[in-house]
Amino acid sequence: MLDASEGHVTADGRKIGGVVMEMRNITLRFGGVVAIKDISFDIREGEIRAIIGPNGAGKSSMLNVISGFYNPQEGEVWYKGQKRPPMKPYQVAQQGIARTFQNIALFEGMSVLDNVMTGRIRQMKTGLLAQALWKGRAEAEEVANRAAVEKIIDFLEIQHIRKTPVSRLPYGLKKRVELARALAAEPSILLLDEPMAGMNVEEKEDMSRFILDVNDEFGTTTVLIEHDMGVVMDLSDRVVVMDYGKKIGDGTPEEVRSNQAVIDAYLGVAHD
Amino acid sequence: MFYREAGDFKTSYVDDSQTFPIRVDRYGYYALLAVAFGVLPFLVNDYWVNAVLLPFLIYAIAAIGLNILVGYCGQVSLGTGGFMAVGAYACYKLMTGFPEINIFFHVILSGGITAAVCVLFGLPSLRIKGFYLAVATLAAQFFLVWLFNRVGWFYNYSASGQINAPERTVFGIAVTGAQNPPWAAYLFCLVFTVGCALIARNLTRGMAGRKWMAIRDMDIAAEIIGVNPLKAKLTAFAVSGFFVGIAGALFFSVYLGAIEVGEAFGINKSFLVLFMVIIGGLGSIFGSFAGAAFLVLLPVFLKNVLVGGLGWPTDLAAHLEFMIVGALILIFLIAEPHGLAQLWRVTKEKLRLWPFPH
Ligand SMILES: Nc1ncnc2c1ncn2[C@@H]1O[C@H](COP(=O)(O)OP(=O)(O)OP(=O)(O)O)[C@@H](O)[C@H]1O
Ligand SMILES: [Mg+2]
Repeated sequence: MLDASEGHVTADGRKIGGVVMEMRNITLRFGGVVAIKDISFDIREGEIRAIIGPNGAGKSSMLNVISGFYNPQEGEVWYKGQKRPPMKPYQVAQQGIARTFQNIALFEGMSVLDNVMTGRIRQMKTGLLAQALWKGRAEAEEVANRAAVEKIIDFLEIQHIRKTPVSRLPYGLKKRVELARALAAEPSILLLDEPMAGMNVEEKEDMSRFILDVNDEFGTTTVLIEHDMGVVMDLSDRVVVMDYGKKIGDGTPEEVRSNQAVIDAYLGVAHD
Repeated sequence: MFYREAGDFKTSYVDDSQTFPIRVDRYGYYALLAVAFGVLPFLVNDYWVNAVLLPFLIYAIAAIGLNILVGYCGQVSLGTGGFMAVGAYACYKLMTGFPEINIFFHVILSGGITAAVCVLFGLPSLRIKGFYLAVATLAAQFFLVWLFNRVGWFYNYSASGQINAPERTVFGIAVTGAQNPPWAAYLFCLVFTVGCALIARNLTRGMAGRKWMAIRDMDIAAEIIGVNPLKAKLTAFAVSGFFVGIAGALFFSVYLGAIEVGEAFGINKSFLVLFMVIIGGLGSIFGSFAGAAFLVLLPVFLKNVLVGGLGWPTDLAAHLEFMIVGALILIFLIAEPHGLAQLWRVTKEKLRLWPFPH
């Protein structure tokens, strides 16, 4: 059941609200492959919700279901207290769900600034005719949104590469720009698919700090896929554990860590 | 004087998204406009207008249109000739059907009609990409030329099958027809070229342009962050068609005055405009101008130097032109997809650092 009223305050003083999204009995198949099998879990407002699991467990598929890229064969997605009808990905984005990708998906031919500005689609609604004239509505809208984007650019410390074409950036910075683009949407739910994969220790620390700060500062609800258990334990409020498309654990980091099924999955105990 | 932005700090986001952020560029641009509008009309003669200026101005509009589609939105089109023909025939039907309305509005309306046709032929782009889309637009090219050849209504059932632009005036001065003074034809086209370039620049620096480029660079990611691919692609086809249609209308009514569709708007035209875009620079308004200037001036230059100066036979010079263009296309496609515009940018970067390159 949705209990939008309930809420609590964490030990470090962040406010966790009621359920904003609920996945109910989701099953996703690709031909014969069952990527997600009858999984249910919820996401609370303001929390950092991690999804972990071994390779091929179905974590990315789950994010793709949330962002409307895949339509599950069975199950329901409930968002802000309402059952979500089947939607195109861009409609899901318009509802305030933003994401980053496991394999960076920036617009390589555009500058950092343009990439991040593209994240403001939800906020920029001026019609084509007004844009053609520029002076007036279009310019005012551009300036207002540019100001908002500059705050995010400052926040993520990428001012110095603002005008650089994305294709010239190193991997770690690209990941950060992608986070900036997602944040620019001022999302209700932020989905991060392995934001620290392939980073060195220092970059990982930076990224962890950014994710925490974003959550702290803007109260952004965050769903995080991550392999590094240390990072997960540090960052997340609650963890969903997946293995072979099934949910094998769900709870606080401590609960999950002591869950026998989770330990087995991670130690590679044979499945029968 | 040094070419740089020193002492030219941006204090607002308005300044930062200017078309020419560097002051020297901006003054150069104003000076160019002043010369184009205020000085050239008094200097030009028939040869300059018809051999250089009109084709340059009109092809620049067409190249901007195609660049929006190919360079900004990443949708290949080989139908430019056919779409220019739509603009030309729309203009002809409007000129002969509504002679009381000013030609200025006919040209704009022709752009609108071409935009609609272009959207129609752009529908396959929602399903297919790249090579297959190119083939689909090629089909549009042949279909449109065939249509204007076959259906008498389009050429008012004239015996020759040609269409001829009647004389039309703006402020009492003929801009079309046999008696139009060269400077009037030039100014009329210049107004459209400048207008189209401004609109294109405004669209590409704002959200519309970013949506197009997002679709071009990675369509799946674009859709996931909120770009409606259907709308983005079809607006690109519409805006592109609008410009290409205006170019076609001017090409027929002001420049040639009389055309036979297969000759004026055949597949060669599609390739010519595509080459302008490639040589000038994909995804650059300035590049559209540079490409148009280059491919308009090259034959004029070769003719004057080789045929006029060195006494080569005309056909040899023409062959040399093909070879030069062919080689340049290859060079640019392989080495510098951003074309002349990028070479220009790099030169400016170097200049900005000069005389202290480190
Ligand atoms: N588009 C697709 N078509 C067919 N099978 C797919 C598709 N996407 C994912 N799968 C399959 O679904 C399963 C889950 O894949 P998914 O990418 O969600 O795993 P993951 O948990 O994100 O793994 P990783 O940690 O390696 O990123 C895999 O067996 C994968 O092969
Ligand atoms: Mg994955």
